[in-house]
Amino acid sequence: MIALTADPIDFSSAYHYLQTDEAGAIDFFFGVVRNNTQKRDVQQLDYEAYGPMAVREMQKIADEACRRWNVLRYVIIHRTGVLRIGEMAVLIGVATPHRDAAFEATRYIIDTIKQTVPIWKKERFTDGEVWVNATP
Amino acid sequence: MPFCPYFVDMTQPLTVLLFGITRDLVGQSTVAVPLTKGARVADLMTHLNEQYPALANVKSILVAVNSEYAEPDTVLTPSDEVALIPPVSGG
Repeated sequence: MIALTADPIDFSSAYHYLQTDEAGAIDFFFGVVRNNTQKRDVQQLDYEAYGPMAVREMQKIADEACRRWNVLRYVIIHRTGVLRIGEMAVLIGVATPHRDAAFEATRYIIDTIKQTVPIWKKERFTDGEVWVNATP
Repeated sequence: MPFCPYFVDMTQPLTVLLFGITRDLVGQSTVAVPLTKGARVADLMTHLNEQYPALANVKSILVAVNSEYAEPDTVLTPSDEVALIPPVSGG
């Protein structure tokens, strides 16, 4: 399951979706909003996505993960809009028969999302704002 | 060359979607670009960089055509959905 959403991410419904009798391991990664970056206090993050393309790119990543590992089920959910400190920005969940594949697939999915999926975040500080990674 | 009405309009507008820092720098979420027949992604970027010099502040800009990353030599048509993709920062 893949989704972009402006609503808070519901962890427990993702967990229920991942449960299947063949799964011996279910791995989660949550990306959450941290209160600082490079010694500056972060107030909030604004997430923006090119929706249709972001979903396509996330689907490619999920498909590749399913080729590389024995993934029984997966969930990828990414938030958009304004997120406050502590809020969940992204959830990755992977169910596999054994734990090694679950760890590896989860890691692959989040690492690749950060490289290819057209989603952008702006950090807002008390004294300014910056689009992350955008300028030299 | 004799006047020929058929050739008067050699260009058609192409709408380009802007996101993140590119939208902030240009100050709008879409821009209309006159598209010459046979124009490629690289031509589009040349035009936009001339029109909006502030785009030079961005580390790198890729172009998506119909929701797929495109190469500089990809040929554009007016019906394509084209978007600028500044460095992504999801997660």
